[in-house]
Amino acid sequence: MTLVREDDLGTPASSAEQFVRLTIDGREVSVPAGTSILRAAREAGIGVPKLCATDSVKAFGSCRLCLVEIDGRAGTPASCTTPVAAGIRVKTQTPLLKDLRRGVMELYISDHPLDCLTCAANGDCELQDMAGAVGLRDVRYGYAGENHLVQEKDESNPYFTFDPSKCIVCSRCVRACEETQGTFALTIDGRGFASKVSAGMSESFLASECVSCGACVQACPTATLSEKAVIDIGVPEHSVVTTCAYCGVGCSFKAEMRGEELVRMVPHKDGKANHGHSCVKGRFAWGYATHKERVLKPMIRAHVDEPWREVTWDEAIAYTASEFKRIQAKYGRLAVGGVTSSRCTNEETFLVQKLVRAAFGNNNVDTCARVCHSPTGYGLKTTFGTSAGTQDFDSVDHADVIVVIGANPTDGHPVFASRMKKRLREGAKLIVIDPRRIDLVRMPHVEASFHLPLKPGTNVAILTALAHVIVTEGLIDEAFVRERCESDAFAGWAEFVALPQNSPEAIEKASGVPAAALRGAARLYATGGNGAIYYGLGVTEHSQGTTAVMAIANLAMATGNIGRPGVGVNPLRGQNNVQGACDMGSFPHELSGYRHISEEPARAMFEALWRVPLDNEPGLRIPNMLDAAIEGRFRGIYIQGEDILQSDPNTKHVAAAFAAMECVVVHDLFLTETANYAHVFLPGSTFLEKNGTFTNAERRIQLVRKVMSPRNGFEDWEITQKLAQAMGFAMAYHHASEIMDEIARLTPTFAGVSFEKLDALGSIQWPCNERAPEGTPVMHMDGFVRGKGRFMITEYVATDEKVGPRFPLLLTTGRILSQYNIGIQTRRTANVVWHAEDVLEIHPHDAEERGIKDGDLVKLASREGETSLRAMVTDRVAPGVVYTTFHHASTQTNVVTTEFSDWATNCPEYKVTAVQVSPSNGPSEWQRNYEAMSKKSRRIAVAGE
Amino acid sequence: MRAEKLTMMANQIGAFFKAQDETAAPAAIADHLKKFWDPGMRADILAHLDAGGAGLDPLVRNAVALLKK
Repeated sequence: MTLVREDDLGTPASSAEQFVRLTIDGREVSVPAGTSILRAAREAGIGVPKLCATDSVKAFGSCRLCLVEIDGRAGTPASCTTPVAAGIRVKTQTPLLKDLRRGVMELYISDHPLDCLTCAANGDCELQDMAGAVGLRDVRYGYAGENHLVQEKDESNPYFTFDPSKCIVCSRCVRACEETQGTFALTIDGRGFASKVSAGMSESFLASECVSCGACVQACPTATLSEKAVIDIGVPEHSVVTTCAYCGVGCSFKAEMRGEELVRMVPHKDGKANHGHSCVKGRFAWGYATHKERVLKPMIRAHVDEPWREVTWDEAIAYTASEFKRIQAKYGRLAVGGVTSSRCTNEETFLVQKLVRAAFGNNNVDTCARVCHSPTGYGLKTTFGTSAGTQDFDSVDHADVIVVIGANPTDGHPVFASRMKKRLREGAKLIVIDPRRIDLVRMPHVEASFHLPLKPGTNVAILTALAHVIVTEGLIDEAFVRERCESDAFAGWAEFVALPQNSPEAIEKASGVPAAALRGAARLYATGGNGAIYYGLGVTEHSQGTTAVMAIANLAMATGNIGRPGVGVNPLRGQNNVQGACDMGSFPHELSGYRHISEEPARAMFEALWRVPLDNEPGLRIPNMLDAAIEGRFRGIYIQGEDILQSDPNTKHVAAAFAAMECVVVHDLFLTETANYAHVFLPGSTFLEKNGTFTNAERRIQLVRKVMSPRNGFEDWEITQKLAQAMGFAMAYHHASEIMDEIARLTPTFAGVSFEKLDALGSIQWPCNERAPEGTPVMHMDGFVRGKGRFMITEYVATDEKVGPRFPLLLTTGRILSQYNIGIQTRRTANVVWHAEDVLEIHPHDAEERGIKDGDLVKLASREGETSLRAMVTDRVAPGVVYTTFHHASTQTNVVTTEFSDWATNCPEYKVTAVQVSPSNGPSEWQRNYEAMSKKSRRIAVAGE
Repeated sequence: MRAEKLTMMANQIGAFFKAQDETAAPAAIADHLKKFWDPGMRADILAHLDAGGAGLDPLVRNAVALLKK
């Protein structure tokens, strides 16, 4: 239920193309066949009373309020469960119906607390509305009978309460949990008068398998499930549609406000990425925006041993510019650079790369996509012609076989995972390729046909073996390949993959995947109908990450699974704007729209508009910057929204690099781990405090709208602009929309994009230009961007990171649902109740060999470093494999990971580290020293000190 | 930049392009280095080649030599 109301049409829309004419209350209406009478009436503006019906879940027919009369038919059917029929005449308001509805409402209200004036849902309650709609004036039964009014509230969830005394047992929450979220955590326990909503096995919400997505809260028509923020603050009075700043799904939300105070985030029904659904992060975990640790004033210091000193914005900007100028004068033009983040807007990212290229005069700019999806860019550009996923999310509704490789959607991309699970419940088949038994392998009403639990580091061997089966068993889509792909490249590839060393049997020992299962999976993907591949960082973060992306593209082309709804190659982007950060030219070698900096025509466009010559040589990538810093060649860096120290591999190396720099500028919300090594801190603004756009994993550009004034004083693009101006380069934007206008002028795939059009259409998937003025949901429909698709040879090369007697286990790292990336936002919310610390998953056999019990503190050691964390003994990981997350700075997970990286892009090999695990008594020496250094570095001098 | 690290990176690139087409590999490797390595990194690998090029795979040596042109 939402106060800032959207039309609730009662039941979901029918997708039928055939229309049916009928008459409702004397009005002739025409609706798609299969539409409920309730929805047909509401679409015509006739408000039939309802309680158990809502248009996000299927009709249920329990509340008996939406009854209607139909001429010639007996009885009073529920209009929510009765479909329209040609020529019928429906009456929604008759004396009989009025009596029936009032009787139903009397029963409801006889067992409902009459505390409307003090109820959190006062003015936002459908039960209250319906009492008014049916003209309820008294309750003949009185209120003294047996009732549920003394039942205790469940306040275990940090974000919402469950008050059973206000429950009308309409099952909307149960159905939302099932149909919308797909978790099946709720049920109606008991029968008759004893019926009640129950979480799990009569557990509290927190103890149950509830994932706190908020679907039940949104579906609840009363105050039974209420956001605690609404209880605390009151009902919102206006809303602004904006875009979530968490994962790459890019959910659209209504920020519901009272003045400039955010009351709640409600998923927007018209959001084309999420269709009204949400997860625990986007729905609830926004409290970091007002967290007490947020830094709101600029600070500087000459040396990291000194405490921070708060200064004015003018002083901070002037100091930064003077330091960068000094460094360039002393060490040369190439001695400084900048890093932007996938957490920033397109406009901010574009401006940072402009600052570096135009004001710093070099191409030393990179983005954190370097350490996640840079192999996707190289791999898909080589094979298909552009760096992007091929589909929209809706495409999954048409998939028959879904392949999930190196991704954990229920944790990393939960709202899309719900869509995927829905399709799987409808009968689509699932293949999971992952070292861990992720939830999708087997969960309520979902079970993978094949789970290929490969050893970390063998993706390319597995993918090539899948191709081997497809080629040698004659499962190629010959017509597609002949028409759409380069024939010579295909022939060479087919010959290569057919070699005996690429067979499932040949790679079984190295990969650990039984050949029969691999063959079965290949046959299913090639012959099961529409095959759609979804992949994540388990593919890219390897020394052969780019090769694996190419291998995936090869599979899609070979089977003709590209260029229509239901198929495709879909990189699930980790952060909110990974796609956009890449699109905006934040890699050192290319300008926006993926044009290499050496390409004269493209560079000339930028030079003409910016009135400055640009370097035609590629700049340093993040790992190259760090190496160059240690060698003394790279001395100054401006980092917007990225915590390199926590997120990049081999923390000791990263720390040494920052320690070697003379001016580290961190522009962020909080004192990050990188800020421990910084000389300037520029406070950033949250997504609630600025205008801009994010581009999600399906290339969908969506507006981020400012709902409150920036607490730090400026939107982030304004701060970058100030720095450019201080460096002597003119920038004079007045609004983020002007930056997008410049992006559109300079970027062919964005040529048709503007804030005005985004406002009108809601969102746009690029390419958006003259050929596709409203965007492109599915790419490569009539031909690949590069013309013909190009098959690439994908020879498996084992990583140089080897297990051995000292380090016999393989560590792979990942993410968890309740936390986001380095945790800088989610650790500062109540989400910590689900994940208060990183833990190490270890198989029972490996644990027993080492004398490790569940919950023990263990030492995790690699060739690079050591850290300590608690063990979780679980057979979710295979023997020989351990797994952890990197959400908590105290864990220092990346002190263990190595600098091995992808051959093409330098994307780190986070997914394969040889380690040893042993019992531990406490933090490692590195953790202890780091903690002490961090505490000292975060001191802020008292004013006047 | 450390020659050892650059050598390893260059050899990784070499392994990929060698698998595509061994004859064309040196030019493809050199093209990749030009497109993705900054001038300083290219200068360092060239200096390493001039110093004997220890550890560089034969195809990669040929590729690095092409950077001089």
